[in-house]
Amino acid sequence: MKYLDEFRDGHKAKILVKEIEALVATMTIPDARPIYIMEVCGGHTHSIFRYGLEGMLPKQIELIHGPGCPVCVLPMGRVDDCIAIAENPAVIFTTFGDAMRVPGSQKSLLQAKAEGADIRMVYSPMDALALARSHPDREVVFFGLGFETTMPSTALTILQAEADGVGNFSVFCNHITIVPTIKAILDSPGLQLDGFLGPGHVSMVIGTAPYEFIASFYNKPMVVAGFEPLDILQSIWMVLKQIKEGRAEIENQYARVVAERGNAPALQAVSRVYELREFFEWRGLGSIDHSGVKLREHYAHFDAERKFAIPNLKVADPTSCQCGEVLKGVIKPWQCKVFGSACTPETPVGALMVSSEGACAAYYQYGGVKRYKEAV
Amino acid sequence: MNVAPFVRKRRLGKVGVSTVTLAHGGGGKAMKDLIDDVFVAAFDPQAPAPLEDQARFDLAELARHGDRLAFTTDSFVVDPLFFPGGDIGKLAVCGTVNDLAVGGARPLYLSCAVIVEEGTGVDLLRRVARSMAETAREAGVRIVTGDTKVVQRGACDKLFVTTTGIGMIREGIALSVDAARPGDAVLVNGLLGDHGAAILCARGDMALDSLIESDCACLHGLIEALLTAAPGVRFVRDATRGGLATVLNEIAEASQVSIEIDEAATPIREQVKAFCEILGLDPLYLANEGKIVVIVPPAQVDAALAAMRAHPLGEAAGIIGRVGQDEAGRVTMRTVFGGRRIVDMLVGEQLPRIC
Repeated sequence: MKYLDEFRDGHKAKILVKEIEALVATMTIPDARPIYIMEVCGGHTHSIFRYGLEGMLPKQIELIHGPGCPVCVLPMGRVDDCIAIAENPAVIFTTFGDAMRVPGSQKSLLQAKAEGADIRMVYSPMDALALARSHPDREVVFFGLGFETTMPSTALTILQAEADGVGNFSVFCNHITIVPTIKAILDSPGLQLDGFLGPGHVSMVIGTAPYEFIASFYNKPMVVAGFEPLDILQSIWMVLKQIKEGRAEIENQYARVVAERGNAPALQAVSRVYELREFFEWRGLGSIDHSGVKLREHYAHFDAERKFAIPNLKVADPTSCQCGEVLKGVIKPWQCKVFGSACTPETPVGALMVSSEGACAAYYQYGGVKRYKEAV
Repeated sequence: MNVAPFVRKRRLGKVGVSTVTLAHGGGGKAMKDLIDDVFVAAFDPQAPAPLEDQARFDLAELARHGDRLAFTTDSFVVDPLFFPGGDIGKLAVCGTVNDLAVGGARPLYLSCAVIVEEGTGVDLLRRVARSMAETAREAGVRIVTGDTKVVQRGACDKLFVTTTGIGMIREGIALSVDAARPGDAVLVNGLLGDHGAAILCARGDMALDSLIESDCACLHGLIEALLTAAPGVRFVRDATRGGLATVLNEIAEASQVSIEIDEAATPIREQVKAFCEILGLDPLYLANEGKIVVIVPPAQVDAALAAMRAHPLGEAAGIIGRVGQDEAGRVTMRTVFGGRRIVDMLVGEQLPRIC
């Protein structure tokens, strides 16, 4: 199995869509209040648009695109901090590709690069460590970004750097954690959500147990889902089935990858290297308690926040930007005041327009502006 | 008396050092030697001395090939300079030949201007020039004029090449980006995305090994065969930077039509698909250097397909979509999954996704 086409079988998709339609037909769903299912993870948002899944679902189901795009929730102040580090002539600043375009208060990393900062795209933190080895006269800083999915690889790179005695490598840690964020969303007033598609790759690391409170305390069903279109359709069916039967459980559709207890070596590396921050600032969502991690004291010499003078200024989101309401599912992207006018992928105002995983960029790219604006 | 007219034999200069220095751009003997050794030796070792500052064409001779002159230019800054399936020299010839050919022109003459970073190896330049000469020879075009500049280290990345080309368009051929009509078929001549994937792999940043080769090729033979068999073809364009998606959007916009392509019929190599999966890229936006998008009216689709498939560069040609009229300027794709998605213009560069 190559995992390229097997989960994209159009024939199986038709069968699944029929099953979903049949299930919906047995439920009483008022027109004015469809079933709202949030996919937490940006990877799901991407697949949903890429395969045109929304158009295949019955109209009684509405997908809400959640906060799980780490690039999207990065606040402007942190981007400014990145640029301050990157503009230090002694530094080679390394980052994942899609963080390059995120707007800071003055400029993006892409602009800083054009102005002369040595900023390089890497695919793995290990590539950044390799750069540090080959440039002993420079300080190589890796922009650690992402949820639990990418957290272990950054941790392992730091452990490797320590083992090899690499002194010119550090991490600007902006890793964030999903559970407090889901909790913050569930606690936000005015929220209408009937169920969740749980993040597949985060769960590969943390397992499914940390989500139990969603079912037991908030009484919402969640199905941890894979990223292929068939995975997503099946997971939607599973959420609907729970709703119909009045259950609220954490189910695992992505069992071929996700174990209930997660990945022990990854979790060990994570707890060895990081500790929780008291709070972390999210674009659009504000400050969320215990939602970010930083390097433990023992790894201070790999911590760019301690190695460099960082402005660490809080920059308020632009007032016209409604990313927060979109992230919480309160409004749809095209209902935002600046969607498609002031805020486009060329000139993103809010971060949801930046990454292809961001809900707004996905709507803009794959859904078109006109159609939605007209539909309003 | 039967005496051949006196031709002053030209002795080509030689470069004695292994790397280019600023002296080679200074206009003196060092520069002349570099031009002789690298470019004249490759392009036209029999060139009579002294070299003129311009190529000169006989208009009557040109007019034998058609009734309109086509003129185009393109710059090449590819990194790395040598990659599986080609190099900057081959690319610079193919690129300009193709830009002429997609307009229906027969490519005839090229210029070659290079900007060299000091410190670049002279052997590297010789390899590039030989590659250009070989590609041009195979394509039946001549490189007839050029220019060489040397810049300080850091002012360019080893070697930039600009080629300008002229060709002639046969009477009766009128291809245009605004000519697509509802009902027309959208054809391509083979597998898409090879060049973009090959270059990204060859850069080595992604630490991915692959066997993907650039599809870099001169397409004028294929296009001539196509236009002869299906003279009603509306439009041809090579899907270079921005890939298939960009060309389709340009057509849809200019012709004020919609275009729907079928993912299942859009040919992409398994390795390229896998490469895109790993990096989070979309193959529809990957560059090609040997692929054309062709808009054909329904009545000539069979003839066009047969002509393309009969040519070595069109063996895998196929119909990938249709021109429609439901939403002017809109390109969509029917996914293998049964959904329908918008295929928009790319905003900037494609960036690998985080996870």
